[in-house]
Amino acid sequence: MALDDLRTKEFRVVGTRPIRPDGIDKVTGRAKFGADVTASGMLHGAILRSPHPHARILSIDVSRAIAEPAVKAVVTRADFAGNLEGEDWNVLENIMAGERALYDGHAIAAVAATSALSARDALKLIDVTYEKLPFVTDVDEAIRPGAPVIREGAADESVPEGLHPNIVRYHENGHGDVEKGFAEADLVIERSFVTEATHQGYIEPHACLAQLGPDGKGELWCCTQGHFAAARICAKLVGIDASQLRVTPSEIGGGFGGKTTVFIEPVALALSRKANRPVKIVMSRSEVFRATGPTSSASMNVKIGMRKNGDITAAEGEFRLQGGAFPNAPMEFAAMCAFAPYDLEHVRSRGWDILCNRPKQAAYRAPGSPMGAFAVESVIDELCNRLKLDPIEVRLRNAVKEGARAAFGPRFQRIGLIETLEQAKAHPHYMAELKPGQGRGVSCGFWFNHSGETSVSLALSYDGTVSLSVGTPDIGGSRASMCQMAAEELGIPYENVRTTIADTGSLGYNDISHGSRVTYASGLATIRAAQDTIRKLCARAAARWEIDEEAVVWEDGHARPAGPNAGEFEPLSLAAIAADMGETGGPIAGHFEITPNGAGVSFATHIVDAEVDRETGAAKVVRYTVVQDAGKAIHPSYVEGQYQGGAVQGIGWALNEEYVYGDDGCLQNAGFLDYRMPVASDLPFIDTVIVEVPNPGHPYGVRGVGETSICPPLAAIANAVSNAADVRMTHLPMSPPRLLKAIQEKELG
Amino acid sequence: MEYAAPATLDNALALAHETDGQVRFLAGGTDVLVQLRSGLFEPDLVIDIKQIPGMLDVTRSPEGAWTIGAAVPGRILGTIEGLRDDWPGIVEAMELIGSTQIQSRASLVGNLCNASPAADGIPAMVAAGATVSIAGVDGLRTAEVADILMAPGQTNLKKGEIVTSIDLPARVAGSADAYLRFIPRTEMDIAVAGCAVNLTVKDSQVCTARVSLGAVAPTVLLVPDAATAICGTCLDETALNDLAAACRAACRPIDDKRGTVAFRTDIAGVLARRAAILAYRRAQERESA
Repeated sequence: MALDDLRTKEFRVVGTRPIRPDGIDKVTGRAKFGADVTASGMLHGAILRSPHPHARILSIDVSRAIAEPAVKAVVTRADFAGNLEGEDWNVLENIMAGERALYDGHAIAAVAATSALSARDALKLIDVTYEKLPFVTDVDEAIRPGAPVIREGAADESVPEGLHPNIVRYHENGHGDVEKGFAEADLVIERSFVTEATHQGYIEPHACLAQLGPDGKGELWCCTQGHFAAARICAKLVGIDASQLRVTPSEIGGGFGGKTTVFIEPVALALSRKANRPVKIVMSRSEVFRATGPTSSASMNVKIGMRKNGDITAAEGEFRLQGGAFPNAPMEFAAMCAFAPYDLEHVRSRGWDILCNRPKQAAYRAPGSPMGAFAVESVIDELCNRLKLDPIEVRLRNAVKEGARAAFGPRFQRIGLIETLEQAKAHPHYMAELKPGQGRGVSCGFWFNHSGETSVSLALSYDGTVSLSVGTPDIGGSRASMCQMAAEELGIPYENVRTTIADTGSLGYNDISHGSRVTYASGLATIRAAQDTIRKLCARAAARWEIDEEAVVWEDGHARPAGPNAGEFEPLSLAAIAADMGETGGPIAGHFEITPNGAGVSFATHIVDAEVDRETGAAKVVRYTVVQDAGKAIHPSYVEGQYQGGAVQGIGWALNEEYVYGDDGCLQNAGFLDYRMPVASDLPFIDTVIVEVPNPGHPYGVRGVGETSICPPLAAIANAVSNAADVRMTHLPMSPPRLLKAIQEKELG
Repeated sequence: MEYAAPATLDNALALAHETDGQVRFLAGGTDVLVQLRSGLFEPDLVIDIKQIPGMLDVTRSPEGAWTIGAAVPGRILGTIEGLRDDWPGIVEAMELIGSTQIQSRASLVGNLCNASPAADGIPAMVAAGATVSIAGVDGLRTAEVADILMAPGQTNLKKGEIVTSIDLPARVAGSADAYLRFIPRTEMDIAVAGCAVNLTVKDSQVCTARVSLGAVAPTVLLVPDAATAICGTCLDETALNDLAAACRAACRPIDDKRGTVAFRTDIAGVLARRAAILAYRRAQERESA
């Protein structure tokens, strides 16, 4: 698919910054989030969770709970489908334990009662007999000989023989001969790196209201990034047909990947079916931390060879990621993205997916890529320091461009990495002088971006306004972007379009709002649905004028005769055609369904200045600049917001956020007090530069922007802190105790 | 659970005395309500003390001693004329707790009675030599702040006793205090270590001092050796090093999610140096004023 001709024209609406349509609702509190939905006769659900990191469940006695008058239903694993396989089984096993509790916080049973307090109290009346089992929560410990096996026979065919059973998947990519390449280098540096697990930290805890009758027909209202996928998996888990479960998404208070799966929704459905009443479940923050998906923690080795002139001769990386007690930690993404910014003759990457007694990891903004970039970009920074080379010049020397073969295989189409590096180099930030005690770090980052199933419907009203239905929950201002793209195509004002996130009964299947796909894929489908509508509008004009449809064109919101040969007619506006559409052939609506294949990859370059207190180990980010290729920024404010958001989450991950497990295998910091996300006063203003190298796979050139922004921060901040403290930091987060220890060890020699 | 908001101290004392089972007093509620919601305890009676006369008052005696009522919100302290001049460390400690919203409810006495080893309000009160007025059915008594702290979350207040106020002694010229804490963030966090220094300076020489540490032992510590290290000095480098060493020697911290033993011990010394310098500078300003 090539860029449309329109690309070369001036945009009228695209690229402007109108007020978001959901803005008033959000600032006045009128917006309905997951916990805001209620139904008459509604019960409240609560979930009993394992206090042990690993235990066999010998018995669950619910008789005392069910005897309580306020309690209307209790469910355990026996109340869910029993015939599942693969990832469906994994999801079920995660949301309601089977034979064993696999992590601290694993759901064991659930109750529905007439009040939230009664439900919580009833949990204390469920008697569970556990047999405690040995556990392991650290990714490196989990593959040492003798480490407890989380699940026998879980490894798939990719894993070479003779490895620890906790290694369940293996991946490798690359090309050339790395040994030959290392021999050609003037300097080779090899380092080990660790990143701790972090949580997406969305402000809204998971919440849902479910209603499922004995007839197998259900309704679910929930806070999700993908209601079609939620319908599919929930139907499987409770054993009903997907089309009989209608799912309506609420407004969403952040997801960042963590709301791409289900946790409480199938439980609420099972409780509702048993009680035959609607059931609402709202997670507490501690439940969110203990039982929803954080990102993987990682242990990595990276080795890179460089010539004195800055040419990288070879690169090799090993990426071990744990994803909790379930397979599918995104180790292949770490292994694929880590070297993607560089045009390498000799490169090899390997990844291992490892089980631990932790909650099942969920996607978190470019899963796997930030960790891989941290390891690789740290080694490049050290090479630059040792060879006295400018870190941006070195990256420019080695950067991939159109036609280059990616480290993970395919050749790149048109990409904008070099443009981001050049803009970074020219930015005043990069030339600003550092104060004593400060250091500067630079990093590149890469994300694939995703397309996915997409279905859009666009209907005209009699007054000439437009109702656009999309199936991708708005997690970053996408309703505004959709309105802009529809208005651009149709030639009408932005305010004349209302975009609704349609429920699963109202639209074809839509993939989740993930993979930075929404503005790309739903945007593309919106443009095509608008063009479908325009064809129909032109046909109505042609019929009225009694000329051929081909003789009518659509310009500036009007049907016009294509040229002098078509005849002389007054142009017909969209509103004029809509006004009598009932009598001229019926309602007018445009549609488009596709799984597009042109999601353009995206690169970014970040510059960070950090300051270190050498006596306390406290690090502070004092200046931050994001330079990223957006392809085409539909609504530049929301693109900038995504850039800033990625940087901010990266600052948290790099400096203080981490899952802390105790010797008892339990999570020690399941709350925002001790899970230290940055607060506003921790952050500098995040400056942004939007680079626009159009994606040939989208009519306007859009590339996804949501995830790439979190790929460079870990490395850029680590490089800045390492340069400020004059000690290489290889373990994230660089919390004050870790940084102070490193400074003191270096000072002692 | 019952809730009562008695209008007199006698009523409150009688209620607390007569109730079987667990009684909790409520001032700002910034600890009690959070603990209730998280299921840490289920009291039989919650007694709101805010209606009791005096609980929301701050007074200064003609001699210069301060009395701060048990329910005075921390946010008020900085607005009271003269209090920050006399006790800058106490006011700044309170202003470090939580957020503006929290400080609009939270009180110094509440911070004390919650008895967290990491409480920001307590080290400054201990360094100040503050006392508390305690009412019980048997009458009134006073106690030093440091003496009522027993263990994390535990005081030696008897059942039915109510701390009615914090009492700060009158200041002599050349006196000031300071409180510093270490947190990994810039706000909304719990001290990994904290240090308060209260001293009096005459002719650039420290003549009296009290040094207190938080979050490095089961209770907030008063460290006499640290005070000895700076008394009689002009806070030169040797004195500061001795001060830091004395503080580190007094630390008995734990390894936990907030910090390691080594880190807390180290930081206690760093904070002591910085707080002493700050208090010393303030005291010199007050000496010349």
